[in-house]
Amino acid sequence: MKVLLSWLREFAPDIDGEPEHLAEVLSDLGLAVEELSYVGQGLDGIVVAEVLATRPHPDADRIHLVDVDAGDGEALQVCCGAFNMAVGDLVPLATVGTTMPGGMEIARRKMRGEWSNGMLCSGAEIGMGDDHEGILILDQGLSLGVPLTEALGIHPDVLFDLEVNPNRPDAMSVMGVARDLAARLGVAFAVTAPGVEGVGQPAAERAAVSIAAPDFCRRFGVRVLDNVPSGPSPRWMANRLLAVGQRPINAVVDLSNYVMFELGQPNHTYDLDLVPGGELGVRMAHRGEQLTTLDGTARTLTTYDGVIVNRDDEAIGLAGVMGGASTEISADTRSVLLEAAWWDPMTIARTARRLGLRSEASARFERGADPDIIPMALDRFVELAAALGATTSPGMIDATGNRPEPSPVRVRTPRANSILGTELSTDEMTALLEPIGFACETGGDGQEFEVSIPSWRLDSATEIDVIEEVGRLHGFSNIKRTVPVTEQAGALTPQQQDRRGIRALFTGMGITEAMPLPFLAPGDLARAGLGDDGITVTNPLVAEESIMRTSLRPGLLKAVAYNAARRTTGVSLFEIGRTNPGGGGELPAEHEHLAVIVAGQEATAATALWRRLARHLAVSNPGVVNGPVDGLHPGRSGQVLADGQPVGALGEIDPQVLDAYEIDERVAWLEVDLGALLEADRGLAPYRAPSRYPSSDIDLAFTVPDEVSADEVAATIAQAGGELLASVSLFDVFRSEQLGEGRRSLAYALRFEAADRTLNDAEVAAARQSCIDAVTAAHNATLRG
Amino acid sequence: MAEPEQLVVEAERQAAAATTLDELSAVRTALTGKRSPLVAARKALGNMEPDARKQAGQALNAAKASIDEILSAREAELAAAARTAQLAAERLDLTEVTEHPASGHLHVITQTWQELEDVFVGMGYRVAEGPEIESEWYNFGALNFPLGHPARDMYDTLYVDYGEPGTTLLRTHTSPVQARVMENQEPPIYVVAPGRCFRQDTADATHMPVFHQIEGLVVDRDTTLGDLAGTIEAFTAAYFGPGFTSRLRPSYFPFTEPSAEFDIQRPDGTWLELGGCGMVHPNVFKACGIDPEQWQGFAFGFGIDRLALIRFGIDDLRELWTNDMRFLGQF
Repeated sequence: MKVLLSWLREFAPDIDGEPEHLAEVLSDLGLAVEELSYVGQGLDGIVVAEVLATRPHPDADRIHLVDVDAGDGEALQVCCGAFNMAVGDLVPLATVGTTMPGGMEIARRKMRGEWSNGMLCSGAEIGMGDDHEGILILDQGLSLGVPLTEALGIHPDVLFDLEVNPNRPDAMSVMGVARDLAARLGVAFAVTAPGVEGVGQPAAERAAVSIAAPDFCRRFGVRVLDNVPSGPSPRWMANRLLAVGQRPINAVVDLSNYVMFELGQPNHTYDLDLVPGGELGVRMAHRGEQLTTLDGTARTLTTYDGVIVNRDDEAIGLAGVMGGASTEISADTRSVLLEAAWWDPMTIARTARRLGLRSEASARFERGADPDIIPMALDRFVELAAALGATTSPGMIDATGNRPEPSPVRVRTPRANSILGTELSTDEMTALLEPIGFACETGGDGQEFEVSIPSWRLDSATEIDVIEEVGRLHGFSNIKRTVPVTEQAGALTPQQQDRRGIRALFTGMGITEAMPLPFLAPGDLARAGLGDDGITVTNPLVAEESIMRTSLRPGLLKAVAYNAARRTTGVSLFEIGRTNPGGGGELPAEHEHLAVIVAGQEATAATALWRRLARHLAVSNPGVVNGPVDGLHPGRSGQVLADGQPVGALGEIDPQVLDAYEIDERVAWLEVDLGALLEADRGLAPYRAPSRYPSSDIDLAFTVPDEVSADEVAATIAQAGGELLASVSLFDVFRSEQLGEGRRSLAYALRFEAADRTLNDAEVAAARQSCIDAVTAAHNATLRG
Repeated sequence: MAEPEQLVVEAERQAAAATTLDELSAVRTALTGKRSPLVAARKALGNMEPDARKQAGQALNAAKASIDEILSAREAELAAAARTAQLAAERLDLTEVTEHPASGHLHVITQTWQELEDVFVGMGYRVAEGPEIESEWYNFGALNFPLGHPARDMYDTLYVDYGEPGTTLLRTHTSPVQARVMENQEPPIYVVAPGRCFRQDTADATHMPVFHQIEGLVVDRDTTLGDLAGTIEAFTAAYFGPGFTSRLRPSYFPFTEPSAEFDIQRPDGTWLELGGCGMVHPNVFKACGIDPEQWQGFAFGFGIDRLALIRFGIDDLRELWTNDMRFLGQF
């Protein structure tokens, strides 16, 4: 919402101060100033000139040569990069010596060998509109050589571009912004009633309105105008519209926009001759009903859209969103029906959104326009049109729908102070509210007051709404700042601490945390060997963001491939992130996964990582069971167990998958369901004091069939070694022809010790023998000599 | 038979001649071993007269002691020389490193996230979490966005194909966690909720369809807007450091009233628009089963990603998601 300072001052002449200060005040009122700019300034030296001739530049394609007459009858050559002017057009010329609003100085200079004696200006360059491309073509009839400011009646002004929140319907008008600003500045705010005199046949005899959708349309006002102007609007009005970003079209359209910007009430004109009997009706559209809107597009409507209909119940307008083509005014139009109505915000929002027709009008109706401004908006239009020769029929047709009786809002002063952290008296609060039209009546004990909410603040309906206004007008920056004290000790949950610990563990091991996008493209999971697609996003902007992941694997594979393609191999990455592997209740199942990818390493690297992780978390009975896993190398993959329950998988990425990702290294992989892992039985084994007695170390090597895992053998040894076995660890594996096909040698280091004595040779020998016996018996293994 | 004095002289000569510990070991054997003159002399004592034997024996013992001392001294000398030689031989250029063990790096988002958590934990907050795929109710309904309310359009919501159409979505903010916490916990409540959020947005330098927010919620007996402003200010000082201040500007969010935007002012006077905040709306309290006449509260939220960008001087949001080691490895 753009507002001009001069326009604000028409409602509050005493608004004064530095523009920067006013901008701060507006921001503090919740009308954030996104941009503060000065218009109509720095235009000295820019004059009206006529295009006499245009010629190609002999040595450049993107510029041409334009001869202009700047009032002295001489042809002045200018080089120009825009080609939108014709001979006879009037254009703004920045003469040599001019300093442009942007700071650029215009000098006589050669451009590719041709002299340029000044610069022709675009609208944007001189603060008139947003057009950067073409040169601004001025209206005919201006005197050549006259300063542009004089010729166009431009006055220096200040433009505030405001960000207006959805709860501020009032601030969608110059009047509303002026009211707020005047209240804060403590200066007078006044609205002058437009002066209108009707002539001839009363409006009620020339037009009629019936409302068949009274909840949708609370009020529908109509005035009838004759002799409407067909030419352009007056220059002062066009200038203002240009400044606030609205291109002037013609007098009728410009008047309509002007009134909307000024008072916040959108309005619409119908060619009276095209509306049989001047009769208008309002109803909800029929399903599938067709309407061609002003832009020439045929629209198919739903029962949620409101329409304006004619006497024959034919839709002639899309209420509050866009007029219909059939009653559009033209150059021949002499008499019009001028409509200003109130429409249900939600309905307008829905229609505008569905049809992609958000406009200045719908933006106002969506927030909730002011039903009481309708007569004044009509009158203001009439008043401005009268200055251009239009006349109006006496009276206004004022049809009403269901308008809920506004109920006053009771505000408890202590409650307001308690919410805001202020110590304002009831009088101080009402003094803040009255200037913005919130009429207050203090209750019996002075500790509460009743507020009549003004018709332009549809958003305000409850006590908290009024408390917000008190706070806003008092100024958030004037509220004393305090910090609440809690008796609660701040802390992370054990799970949150574990997450941090895991991150520290892996980064300490040289593994870097990655953050792949959580979205996948269709087929990404299949490419990673993970089967069907997961949950789909119904309205993604791109296909790459249409599938939710069931595993962290596609993302991390992509990260490894991305780095490999940039000649960074051997990458080690981990991620902790949510996945949606399927199933669920009211919401899809959401699991937190932990995955580690180690490029350039074999599967056993993943086993080592898993053991480090399990040890770090003190997982009870962590295990690995060899066996195929989707997307992993079938002979180099397995399940991860925590206390006997599967919590994930590890191994090496399937070579076929690696081919698909164009990764040339072996890639070790570990992925666990972190939630399941952290919930698994965990805890350190009971403390045992270190033995004071020497231990005995022995090595045992077995020939074991391939089907038997090294872990199984170790488990057998551990069980057979019993109490005396302090540790067992695999230290060597080899295969050879002598050992035979399908068998390998596994060598374990065993340490025996007792807490209460030095073990004698016989004890160690006996323990050793029971380990040997157990392994050979259980695993079709033989002791190697 | 050699005189003991001569044996000592000979020992001095031979010990001095030995230049290695091995040579000295041979010398020791020659001088004191079974076939040494010393042992031979000792054996010869048995044939002597008692008086002479006693005298000669004492002389031999003295000589033996001297010889042992000479050998020990020489041995210490040689051992020290050998150690010095070995250390010299083992000299190493400590920059000759051919193994390059990589350091792991925490992602900048995690680093920023954890720092923010730490600041609030230090202020007495707990850390709450919620699902990333949310119900329409928690994302909007419980937060005072009625169905069809235009304010829902402020969020370009991504929906997922689950349940009835339009009921399940990718949360557009971390605010649903507010509602979940209030449903499950009796006040007083002091929590922050960092998390991942989603919007229908085209990826560019300043937008991503995925981003991270942190949400704060306080519910207590007499919590005020002044408490909110003070908390934002305390956070600003704790996170950004001395010289940074904050301000609140009135704004609009359906789930808070009064609502505000909060900005951070840098020591150089420039402003950073950081996030939104406000007093918990009575309708939100009611939706979550808390009596708004008994409890008051505030909530705030802001983006983590932009803070990470600012903190590390990164100029393009997309870099956060490429997983290029040349990016990740810098932090």
